[in-house]
Parts: sequence; C-alpha cells; structure tokens
Amino acid sequence: MISTIGSFLLGRLNWSALPTEPVTQGGAVGVVVLGILAVAAMFYFKKWTWLWKNWITTLDAKKIGVMYIIVAILMLLRGFSDALMIRAQQALASGNAHGIVSSDTFQQVFSAHGTIMIFFVAMGLMFGIINLVLPLLLGARDVAFPFLNSVSFWLFAAGMILINASLVMGGFSPGGWLGYPPLTELAYNPGPGVDYWIWSLQIAGIGSLLSGINFLVTILKKRAPGMTLMKMPIFAWSVLTMTLLVIFAFPILTATLGMLGLDRLMGMHFFTSSFGGNPMMYINLIWAWGHPEVYILILPAFGIFSEIVATFSRKRLFGYKTMVVALFGITFLSFLVWLHHFFTMGAGGDVNAFFGIMTMIIAIPTGVKVFNWIFTMYQGKINFATPMRWFMNFVVTFTIGGVSGVLMAVPAIDFQVHNSLFLVAHFHNVIIGGVVFGYFAGLTYWFPKIFGFRLNERLGKYAAYCWIVGFFVAFTPLYILGLMGATRRLDHYDGQGWQALFIIAGVGTLIIALGIGLQLLQLGVSIWQRKKNIDTTGDPWDGRTLEWSVPSPAPAYNFAVIPTVAERDPFWEMKEARKLGHMPKAPVYKDVWLPKNSGLGIIIAGSAFLGGFGLIWHVWWLAAIAVIGVAVTVVLRASDDDTEYVITAAEMKSLDAPHHQKGQLV
Amino acid sequence: MSELVMSNQAEKSMNNEQNLTKSLGFWIYLMTDCVLFASLFATYVILRGSTYGGPSGHDVFNMPAVFVETILLLTSSFTCGLAVVMAKINYKQAALVFLTLTFVFGAGFLTMELSEFSNLVAAGHSWQASAFLSAFFTLVGTHGLHISVGLLWIAVMIFQVMKRGFTDGVLRRLTLFALFWHFLDIIWIFIFTIVYLMGVA
Repeated sequence: MISTIGSFLLGRLNWSALPTEPVTQGGAVGVVVLGILAVAAMFYFKKWTWLWKNWITTLDAKKIGVMYIIVAILMLLRGFSDALMIRAQQALASGNAHGIVSSDTFQQVFSAHGTIMIFFVAMGLMFGIINLVLPLLLGARDVAFPFLNSVSFWLFAAGMILINASLVMGGFSPGGWLGYPPLTELAYNPGPGVDYWIWSLQIAGIGSLLSGINFLVTILKKRAPGMTLMKMPIFAWSVLTMTLLVIFAFPILTATLGMLGLDRLMGMHFFTSSFGGNPMMYINLIWAWGHPEVYILILPAFGIFSEIVATFSRKRLFGYKTMVVALFGITFLSFLVWLHHFFTMGAGGDVNAFFGIMTMIIAIPTGVKVFNWIFTMYQGKINFATPMRWFMNFVVTFTIGGVSGVLMAVPAIDFQVHNSLFLVAHFHNVIIGGVVFGYFAGLTYWFPKIFGFRLNERLGKYAAYCWIVGFFVAFTPLYILGLMGATRRLDHYDGQGWQALFIIAGVGTLIIALGIGLQLLQLGVSIWQRKKNIDTTGDPWDGRTLEWSVPSPAPAYNFAVIPTVAERDPFWEMKEARKLGHMPKAPVYKDVWLPKNSGLGIIIAGSAFLGGFGLIWHVWWLAAIAVIGVAVTVVLRASDDDTEYVITAAEMKSLDAPHHQKGQLV
Repeated sequence: MSELVMSNQAEKSMNNEQNLTKSLGFWIYLMTDCVLFASLFATYVILRGSTYGGPSGHDVFNMPAVFVETILLLTSSFTCGLAVVMAKINYKQAALVFLTLTFVFGAGFLTMELSEFSNLVAAGHSWQASAFLSAFFTLVGTHGLHISVGLLWIAVMIFQVMKRGFTDGVLRRLTLFALFWHFLDIIWIFIFTIVYLMGVA
C-alpha cells in the first residue's frame, strides 16, 4: 500500500538516483551549495522584489538578452569543465593507467559537453545578442511579440535547469549529444539520463522555435520608416536567414525528440532495433535538423563580423548585395547536405556524391563573405580594438576549419577520418573559430550600448590571444591524432605513442582556460573601473548604425523618436550631414506604448519544467498539473487586453531632454 | 472634434498594424506546424510497411467511419467560416450559434477518432504492436491533439464573445482561430489520403 502511494507520488525517483562517482558527487555538491548560497544571498540582501520587478517579469528585449547571456556564460563554465575532464582523461588514460573517471562517467561527460555547449552556450549567446541589439539596429521600440520573447527565454532557462538537475539526480545521458538510437532506447538505456536529455532539449527547443518566429516578424514588420530590406544592417539579414532555418529545422527536432520520447515512455517502436523500428530514420531526421543548426549558429556570427569590420575599418561594408545573396545561398544549401554526416552508412555512391558536392558548394558563398570582409578592410582606417582582434582570430581559424570541412566532404576521405578526432578538430575549428569568437566580438562591441561603459581593452586583447593560441595548441594535435586513427569519445587507449599529443592538447585547453579566466577578470575589472570607461556619447566606436544614435545604456523605449532612414549606415550618414552643417530638426515627441511586465512567462516555463521532470521520473500527476498550468496561463494571457502602458509625449520629452543638452544626440 | 477623429483614426491604424503583425506571426507558426507534420508524415511513409508480422492499414482501417469523421471535420470548418463572417458583420447571436456548432462537430470528430483508437487497442493492435502502428497512432494522434487544443480555444472564444462582444482583441483571436481550424482541415485531408485511402488501396 505504502509503496503504491510512494510510486504514485514519486514515480521511479529514489535514493539510488544520487551520484556515486566522486567526480560527479563533487560537481553535484558544488551545484547544490552554490544554489543555496545564491538563494541565501537574495534573502540577505532583500533583493527578491528587485529581481522580480526588474528582471524576471521584464518584457524588455535588452534585459531578456542580458539574462540569456548570463545563462550562457554559466553554462560555458559548466561545458568547459566537461572539456577539461575529457582532455584530462585522454591525456592520462594510456596503457595501464585508467584516467580520472570511469568509462560510464566519461560517456556522460562528453555527452554533457556537446549538448550544453551547443544548446545552452552557443544558442544562448546567439539569442542573447540578437535580443540586445536587433530592435535597436532596426530603429524599433521592441521585438514584435515581447511577451512571447519572455516565454522563449524562460523555456530556455527551464531546459537549462532541467538538464543540470541530472547532475544531482539520475545522471546525464551517455548517448552523445545527438542521442542516436537504438543506444538511447529503453532496451539499452533504461535510466533517466536520456529522458533528461530529451525533455530538456524539447523544452528549450520550443523556446528557440518561438524566438525564431518572433525575430522574423520583428524584421519584417518593425523596421523604422524608410528602412527597406536592402537598407537593413547586414546583421539583421543574417538574423532573418537564421530565423528561416529555425522555422524549417526546429519543428523536425520537436518531432524527432517527440518520437524518441514516445518510444521510451509509451513503448512505441519508431527507432527500436525490433518490432520494425528504423534507427536510420532517426539519423536522417536528427541531421535534417542538426546540419541547419550549425548554420543557425554561424549566420548571426557572420552578421556580427560584418558590422564590426565596417565600423572598425571606418568604411562601408564591401559587397553588401553579395553578402545578402551569400547568406541566402548558405541557408538554402544547408538543407541539402545533412547526409554528409553518415556517408559511411551505406547510402551508395550516387547519393554520397550528390551530398558531397552540395557540401563543397557551401564553401563558395562562405568564401565570398570572407573576401568581402577583407575588401572592406582594404584601404580602411583600421582600429584594432578588441572586437577586431576576435575578428582576426576568426578569419584564420575559420578558414582552416572550412578547408578541413571541404576535405571531409569528399566521401572517400570521410570513410578514412569518419568518427575520428579529425572530425572533432574540424568541428571545433568552425564552431569556436566562427560561432564563439563571433559572439565574443559582438559582446565586446555592444557591451557599452547595454551597460553604459566599455569593457577593459587590454584584458580583452590578452583573452583573445589566449584563446587563439590555446585553440591551436589544443586542436592541431587532434587533427594529427585523427589521421593516426584515434577515434572520438575514446576513454582509454594502449600506448601507441599518442599520449604526448594528447598531453599537448590538454595544455592547449589550459591556455583556453586562462583566456576564460582573463575574460572573467576583464568583466570584473571593467565593472570596478566603470567610471573610467563610461560611455557618455552613446557612440564609443564611431559607429554606423542606428543603435549608436541613442544614449548608452539604451533606454527601455530604445528611441525617444523613431528615426526615419534614407540610407544604409543611417547613423554615419546623419553624422556626415551634421559635419556639413545640416542640423536635424527639433524632435516631435509622441505618446509611446510599451508592454507591461508579466510574470506569466516564467509560470508557463515553470510548468513546462515540472512537466518535464514528471515525465522523466514517471510522476504522472505532476505532468498532468503542468499541462493544466500551461493551458490556464495561456488562456489568462489571451484574455488580458490590458497589456501596455503609456509614456506620454510630455514625459518622453523630459526623459529625452538631458541627452539633448549634452549634445549626445544628432 | 477633428482632433478626436484624427486620434481615432490613428488608433485604428495602430490596431490594424498590430493585427497584421500578429497574423503574420501566426501564419509563420502554422508553417512550423506544417514542418512538424511533414516530419511525422515522412516517418509514417517510411514505417508504413514495418508491420512486424502484425496487421497493415488494409486490415484495420474502418473506411465508413473515417468518411463520417471527414464529413464532420469539413462541416465544422464551414460553420467556423460562417462564425467569422457573422462576427465581421457584428451579428453576435448567429456567431455564437455557429461557434457552438463548430465545437459540436469538432467534438464529434474527436470522439470518433478516440473510439477508433480504443477499438484498435481492444483488438490487440496498440501502438506497441509494431512500428507501423506507432507511426499511425502518433501521426493521427498529433492531429487529434491539435483538435483538442482547438476545442479549448473555441470554448474560450465563446466565453469571450458572450462577455465582451466583438472587441478588436476578440475579433483578432477569432480570425486566428479560424486559420488554425482550416489548417487542421488541410492536414486531415493529407491524413485521409496518405494514411487511409493509400492504406486500404
């Protein structure tokens, strides 16, 4: 009787879910202690109301962006500690030595590293930066659907908390970052790890899908008057193509994870090795999402670099139109290449040839972009500020990564290096060199616009040096090891003379760790010395686009008066006109409507979190409550017509006046 | 006076702009739903023959019942369209009647679908029996889940129309609901063709 009630209340949750291995126990205890400390600090400083009013319920895209980036930085530390463990294990586990973790834990560690870095670091930084600057770049007050934006963020946060809960209860999935069945099916993996992986990605993925819709409508509907599509900053174009990819790719992920979840939860047979299930179907579906996903991550980074190169070369971006065409070319082609992820699975020569050629063709539009950036720099007055350093790192790293990618697009070569560390090196080459450097560059570039002061330049440059040196020390050995036959996800090897290379790779990771340390130091020092680096002009880099025409930090309403755009690089043109003596007319203020704060976003995401938790542990009543919670909250929101507040023209005038007196605005 | 008219017009154009933005967002959402269904359709087509020695579609589909289901759903779409027309001419009573009819036909469709499911399970052909049946239950069930969401949405709409009449917000939500309901019709046509007609052929 009692056990029946217990299993009704708690499902399959019990004490054995707690971690057993010392390394994991340490991590779990660390997370729990930090969590308790954070909550205690909030009570001690009586900051709950402040947190609720200013952050949790906010519908201001800029603040939502800041929260995305905080989550992403926390997850970067988590994912990077996994990377350190992988490198330590592989450097030590040669011959008779067995390294620092067991084989089973090692599988969890590399799965966690991949999953967290892609879904919660790269995606988080991307959505964070887009939220920070997209409306400002477009001359808009806000995104198209501010409430939806809050729901998206909190779903992302809910997914993040859910997947980290597995560290404390139940363990991570050992199935790799894409969870290939039948390994991830119930028959081979009955524990909760895979369920954590499924439901966490499902929840965060739906958040990403909603964000994609939101940003696309923002770009199509919220541009300032006069800003035709061909006058948009190229970053907005890159976000537009990214959202198209999200809209076509993420529903596939939703369906795929849904089917894998149904297999595990309801005993279905989509991808099982028996009852007619077809694991190959999963591989096709997951890569039909997964390949576009890497372009989802990289395209906005391309956009960021385009803005940065133009600004710091003090020139118009070279080849604007070809940039746009290249973005669309990459978008289209990225859907035609998914099969290159399984050349070796017996699809036959014709199919492999088609997908090999399609893959190589992507190098053409990408090359167009690289040359455009270089031509933009040509004869420019280049300022090698930190964002530009990240860009230089990117060009070198990404080009090498691209070349090794074209190499692997040859099916015959892929048969040789498939599933080897060569692939791991290539993948990190483009993702770190492209995505991570791109978002770091963007963060440094737009930081003053959001916080009102610049980041310390010197520490930023040192961090960039550490990353680039560390990167090559860490991943060049992996290229060599891959060619020598070392496979990925290797937790032990005999003494084939590989150990020296693995140790060098480990040293590289430590150099990157130093880079991350310097970045944290940079953030700390910059906050400490914020008076010294304060941005009083609103235009610290002599910028070209609209976001620099408003004061720093940008006010909640972004623009006191929505600007009218006549040219590309509108702010630059305004400044040029001013130099020629064309003074702008006095602004005409109008009433401004802004969205009211709403706590319903976090309630929806909180319900989703509980639902995911219930499904993972088979606590059905919790899952049922979660469904009702989401439905009730959505209906409540849909029945509320009073969602905005007004700033009157007079108030707006008085808010805007100080900046005019300082001569900040043109 | 003229100032008042001006501000009314300004407000109207603002609302109009908002409606356009929201309906564009909803269209894009429907597109993502299309991709979701496309993934499920693709999987179904691949797994259709994987019956693992169990029954195929030919053995288990009850075509007369499916035909009645189809008629119910298409009729509900028609009444839904009428409800929107009545709302646009501000004829509250008629709109409520047609919304209720839409709900009744939709609920009838869902009941028939659930009874088809429970008959299959009772005959030993549950979603656990083969990959084909897993794919069948998931594809058709996902459509059914959408219908359930739609029914909840109609209920909310009926309540809002009764309580508030046709405010801008209510009209907008009603139009978006109609889009959603017609979209489910289109998906059902595909299910009817690819799952049922091609299943028994």
